[in-house]
Amino acid sequence: MNTATSALSIEHVSVHFGGLAAVADMSFVVNEGELVSLIGPNGAGKTTAFNVITGFLKPTQGEVRYRGVSLTGLKSHEVANLGLVRTFQKTSVFANNTVFDNVLIGLHRHGKASVWATLLALPRVRDEEARLREDVWDILRFVGLDKRANELGGALPYGEQRLLEVAIALAARPTLLLLDEPVSGMNPSETASFIALLRKIRDRDITVLLVEHDMHLVMNVSDRIVVLNYGRIIAEGPPASIQQNPEVIRAYLGHGVKRPAAHA
Amino acid sequence: MKHTLLALWFALLLTVPLWIDQYFLHVLITTGIMIIAAMSLNLLLGYTGQLSLGHVAFFGIGAYASALTALGFDVHIFGYRIVHEPWPPFAGFAIAILVAALCGYAIGKLSFKVRGAYFVIVTISFAEVTRLVALNWVELTQGPLALNNIPPFTLAFPGVGEYTMWGKVANYYLVLAVGAVAYIVIRRLVLSRTGRAMIALRENEPLATSIGIDVTRYLVLAAVVSAALAGAAGALYAHFVRIIDPDIFLFIYTVTMVIMVITGGKGTLAGPIVGGLIFGMLPVALRAWATPVAQWIIYGVLMILVVFFLPRGIVPAVREWWENVRPRPDETGRTSAVHPSTGPVLSSSKGSGRTGTRNV
Repeated sequence: MNTATSALSIEHVSVHFGGLAAVADMSFVVNEGELVSLIGPNGAGKTTAFNVITGFLKPTQGEVRYRGVSLTGLKSHEVANLGLVRTFQKTSVFANNTVFDNVLIGLHRHGKASVWATLLALPRVRDEEARLREDVWDILRFVGLDKRANELGGALPYGEQRLLEVAIALAARPTLLLLDEPVSGMNPSETASFIALLRKIRDRDITVLLVEHDMHLVMNVSDRIVVLNYGRIIAEGPPASIQQNPEVIRAYLGHGVKRPAAHA
Repeated sequence: MKHTLLALWFALLLTVPLWIDQYFLHVLITTGIMIIAAMSLNLLLGYTGQLSLGHVAFFGIGAYASALTALGFDVHIFGYRIVHEPWPPFAGFAIAILVAALCGYAIGKLSFKVRGAYFVIVTISFAEVTRLVALNWVELTQGPLALNNIPPFTLAFPGVGEYTMWGKVANYYLVLAVGAVAYIVIRRLVLSRTGRAMIALRENEPLATSIGIDVTRYLVLAAVVSAALAGAAGALYAHFVRIIDPDIFLFIYTVTMVIMVITGGKGTLAGPIVGGLIFGMLPVALRAWATPVAQWIIYGVLMILVVFFLPRGIVPAVREWWENVRPRPDETGRTSAVHPSTGPVLSSSKGSGRTGTRNV
């Protein structure tokens, strides 16, 4: 990826909750097609950064731009309509709807049927509905949930609910996918297949910003890593250099550690 | 299959005036009007999950708008005299829908910034304000003296003549027709992309917005359609009973609608109809041996029992029971008809077999 054009740029963003700076003067970019991981100890401000980017939270200062468009003041659904789609740290699916319907709801952005056309039951509304239903099957097969289509979202095992979240997000056809701890709660084999899924997602030219605690996964898939601690960026670079970075090791393991562990 | 069943039900309803006496027909008409109002409430409460406890306001506004259009009025506002000559009742019906929809839009825009308990308070206050206006703007509404001699609906056939709906049979068919249209409108909405957006924001609002659903837009839309249908019900009421007073805005009517929706099953298409029939017909069944006060106690107990034992309502409970007793092959046949390419996959899964939106 030589022609690194920046897709998402976070410029001097600060978020204060009362006197607490959850994020302080944070700046970094995510290039088109890149997979960037945002890591840091608990409470470092990763999820806050996610919330700012996706319009769930207004930054106290600074600006976020996506493909040249400022996201300041946009509501979260407007951010989604620019192609930025997120998942949530706490598992978030439509628990009382079937897996199929979950993804069908996710396809909302890709239906055009107006209310009047719907009320008149015009043929094109029916055609569109059939097309959307086909798309649901494509997405379910893509993430490997097609056999679960008729089960309730909330009835799936935890690991599969996390997959369903990704399926819903993919249904919205993001150009930038923001994943908030997607493998937390997954067992090792599920995590392994999730890594494969991440690769498939990248093959679709979707840029990914990842927040994750599973260092094995992060080191495996990331092009670049941004490390946060106490709301500040303390390091940034490719996985290999982050693993060696003394500042990062200190943040994760605390002071007084003599031999830094290789895998942080 | 499902359509045939619906058509059969509708055909049965068409024959009702042939075998029922005038008193029961009267009860059925008022019940039908309440059912339309309950269906409209269900769109908000059942599908978007917003509890409007002022829903009777839209009903009353529709009733007054239609009645005043048909009767004409002569009022002074800020020194200007506004005179309106009487229009045909069906024009009143259209205006009732329009005015109620506009109020729904205003309330939607105003109050969907506030959710949950605050929304409930806003809607209650709105209903109370409309009641006070109807009570005190005597020049327009005649206040507690009521608007009376409201003309019944009139059908005009060019070249043939006019038919005025004085009788109960004509009004029955009118209510049935409006009810059918309301049912179709709600059904088409909730089974579409629009309805899915409403359900999505009821189930999980942050997730809904994260995938690009404009929450406010769909809440306002639901409020507008809901208010318009309630307004239509109000207009039907005004021209059937032919007298309306500010008591039409009483809180108890909203409560009745909510009870109908919740016992029947909120978020289901048939719920308000089943709940409406039960609570519409119950007074008839009870009045032989229970005083009105005792009747209210019985409603309350019934409501508590339903909420306690069938928390999702009667319709979902019956449907669940039916899914368990009916033979399996029929089920796979239906699902594979929807998704021919994936029939085998589905038939092997143990799910309920429903691939469509679940909450219907």
